[in-house]
Amino acid sequence: MNLRPEATVFELSSPGRCAVSLPKGDTPSYPLPSGLERAGGAALPALDELTVVRHFTRLSQKNFSIDTHFYPLGSCTMKYNPKANEVAAAMPGWTEVHPLVGDEGSQGALELIYKLQSYLAEIGGFEAVSLQPAAGAHGELAGVFMIRAYHLARGDAKRRKILIPDSAHGTNPASCTMAGLETVTISSNAEGGVDMEALKAALGDDVAGIMITNPNTLGLFERNIEEIARLVHAAGGLVYGDGANMNALTGVFKPGEAGIDVMHFNLHKTFSTPHGGGGPGAGMVGAGAALAPYLPGPIATMRGKAFALEMPRSSIGRMKTFYGNFGVLVRAYAYVRMLGAEGLRRVAENAVLNANYLKALVEKDFPVKYGRRCMHEFVAMGDIAEGIHTLDIAKRLIDYGIHPPTIYFPLIVPEALMVEPTETEDKESLDEFARVMRAIAQEARTSPELLHAAPSSTPVGRLDEVAAARCPVLCYRG
Amino acid sequence: MPFVANSGADRAAMLAAVGAKGIEELFADIPAARRFPKLDLPEPLSELEVLREIEAMAARNRSSAASASFLGAGAYDHFIPSLVSAIASRGEFLTAYTPYQPEVSQGTLQAIFEYQSMAASLLGMEVVNASHYDGATALAEAVLMAYHNASGRGKVLLPAALHPEYKAVVRTYLAAFPVQVEEYRGDPAAVPVGADAFALVAAYPEFEGELRDLSAAAEKAHAAGALLIVQADPIMCSLLKSPGSMGADIVAAEGQALGNPVSFGGPYLGMLGATAKLVRKMPGRIVGEAHDREGRKGYVLTLSAREQHIRREKAVSNICSNQGLVMLRACVYMAAMGECGLPAAARLCYDKAHFAAELIGKLPGFRVENKSFFKEFLVATPRPAEELYGKLAPRSVLPGLPLSRYYPERKNELLVCVTEKSTRSQIELLAQSLKEAAK
Repeated sequence: MNLRPEATVFELSSPGRCAVSLPKGDTPSYPLPSGLERAGGAALPALDELTVVRHFTRLSQKNFSIDTHFYPLGSCTMKYNPKANEVAAAMPGWTEVHPLVGDEGSQGALELIYKLQSYLAEIGGFEAVSLQPAAGAHGELAGVFMIRAYHLARGDAKRRKILIPDSAHGTNPASCTMAGLETVTISSNAEGGVDMEALKAALGDDVAGIMITNPNTLGLFERNIEEIARLVHAAGGLVYGDGANMNALTGVFKPGEAGIDVMHFNLHKTFSTPHGGGGPGAGMVGAGAALAPYLPGPIATMRGKAFALEMPRSSIGRMKTFYGNFGVLVRAYAYVRMLGAEGLRRVAENAVLNANYLKALVEKDFPVKYGRRCMHEFVAMGDIAEGIHTLDIAKRLIDYGIHPPTIYFPLIVPEALMVEPTETEDKESLDEFARVMRAIAQEARTSPELLHAAPSSTPVGRLDEVAAARCPVLCYRG
Repeated sequence: MPFVANSGADRAAMLAAVGAKGIEELFADIPAARRFPKLDLPEPLSELEVLREIEAMAARNRSSAASASFLGAGAYDHFIPSLVSAIASRGEFLTAYTPYQPEVSQGTLQAIFEYQSMAASLLGMEVVNASHYDGATALAEAVLMAYHNASGRGKVLLPAALHPEYKAVVRTYLAAFPVQVEEYRGDPAAVPVGADAFALVAAYPEFEGELRDLSAAAEKAHAAGALLIVQADPIMCSLLKSPGSMGADIVAAEGQALGNPVSFGGPYLGMLGATAKLVRKMPGRIVGEAHDREGRKGYVLTLSAREQHIRREKAVSNICSNQGLVMLRACVYMAAMGECGLPAAARLCYDKAHFAAELIGKLPGFRVENKSFFKEFLVATPRPAEELYGKLAPRSVLPGLPLSRYYPERKNELLVCVTEKSTRSQIELLAQSLKEAAK
């Protein structure tokens, strides 16, 4: 890791330098519109090409990444993404195609969208699929819009509540608010599943539906999923499936067959696009018969022998411009084609095996609150010694060259350490993680100051986030 | 088995360690009737075969690189310096997660900070966030942000001359709120802004290319207690007045043109900027400076009390994953183009577009409709624009967007976009081809 401070592009700037050469003008020059000329240029740097390359290369070396480190970040599915996906997405036959070239000029792109829609519908057990949403939360928003539109189309305007288990990701309630609906939190039972009595008590004719993540954020499969769907449907509501954890279920379980009416998959996670330091993702939505007409569009279809685009009959409309994060869709297509049905099942099997193996190795030192057999991840607790918190464990892991698990989530587990190893890690890396966790547990008892001072191997130590938010500096000030 | 490391022997040892007889046992919680369904998917192929299959599909598209392309309308084909892809494909950037652990994410965090700084200056805003899905969702979130900022007001004024897909996305996002969307025509400075309006939206330039000074519109909006939201072209802002300098409170922009290919519509870059006093109402991730105990400067995700992972249903937006890598490309692009290169590229776009408009305006039956424009202009055509497109496309000239694709009644209008990549001979070919096709 690069420990040296790196100046900003503004500090590296030196007047008169330029990293690019542009063609000379080959047309006459025309006067700029009067009064609209910019007074004083934008504060951009003046850098030569080598300086730009070294600057960003040195910055990159201040990151942990999957390519360099084990990254067992729970709920994020930080698995290795095949490099072939990158080659596929970067083909000029995709990158140089304008989205408004017309159906005739984009038959290849429409074919890929069409086929991926059908593969994902098969994997999820859906009637129809839209690849428009750009991320998981974007898919959630689309799904909640669809549920809302369905009830309104039936003249049922009183259904304004969405039920959400207390283990859910924050995006679920936030998506409901953005769709103008109200969130009702459902508590979890002692086994980490939905409390069925609480669910029954909450159901009524004001409930639009439920959002359910399965496996949930504890890494546990919701055993009552079919009963939950039955109850919600009987009360006139619909079931939203949050597919954030689909990596545990490919080829193992089709949510659409178990009563899920609409669901998103995080294509970038399960279907393998690198996270890119925050995105881009893709948040495909699939729907059963009731909600398929409401899918966001356009979606790809076939007219005769040609591929074309169309809006679903009662579509909620567009979620973004054009046809989704197309480059991410190319990667998902390549991934499904390389794995096939058998390979996708192996992905889920090995993701679940790796998680259970790691849990067995770690839980002696770091108790797991809901201890039954997990799916693709498990949630341990980090307050294992006097004065030691999960944050200290996480930061100490960095000194051992391991990216910390997700911490303090889900909210229902105090001092949560959420570990998702994924299927692409080998046994040795899991054994090493367990060895390190054991060593840290020992340190927590014998030399807690090592944990409190961690990390000590990084370009900066723990940063004062409170001060940063109190007096925010959000731009370079010179 | 591709992409799974462990061998059969490894798996057997691991199963023994967890006390399971077979892998199936790990899935016992799944209803037995639903477990391990058959997936009807094509047989898997090797990497080589899959890449060949995908390449063959890609070959069935009409590439802008193989044509003289004058398509724009929200997706712009600008030159991308080679170093942009070289940096963005580094595994340390490409395969890192959202920088929630700042000590091991300083590379991503500093890059976001530099992007925020350059983008804010370009747009004339005090703060720009770390990205939205695209320009349209950035605009939709800007409108929601203005709505929540002004309690009690329920109307937004949207230009009829906004990109039709942006209009559609704004309407999707507003569907659940009691907001009246009123479209206006012409100069935003001439639009009545009532006490019920929370925002006046202006496009800079408009979908049909027209450019207006928005200073008077800003004054008018502010006098009525509304915000001015501007949807802008970022490359143009290096040459012409920034929206902020004209009084915009919030700016939404499509940043794809900054170092990203057109890529059949995505992934793109939603840029969102605002004044400092609105920052705590702003959606999306924001990076700020911070210091550690030894006084060393670093960067963190900040003001996260706005966000869904902290505030859940009270968050200002549900956005989580954004367009990180696309933003990184924009950051590297802006740093490389720099204070000389970016306005020079903008100037080339301007001159070449005006040269094209001059040639096309002289053709019999053709008329350029704009008074003032940057790189895109509207042409009234003597024959249906779709017919001209149909004649020229097979000859590898994509003459622009027939507006009838969005507005079926506007048959004889063509939206032509010219960037610094267009050569004089391509522009002359366009004019000549249009002339012949219109005969």
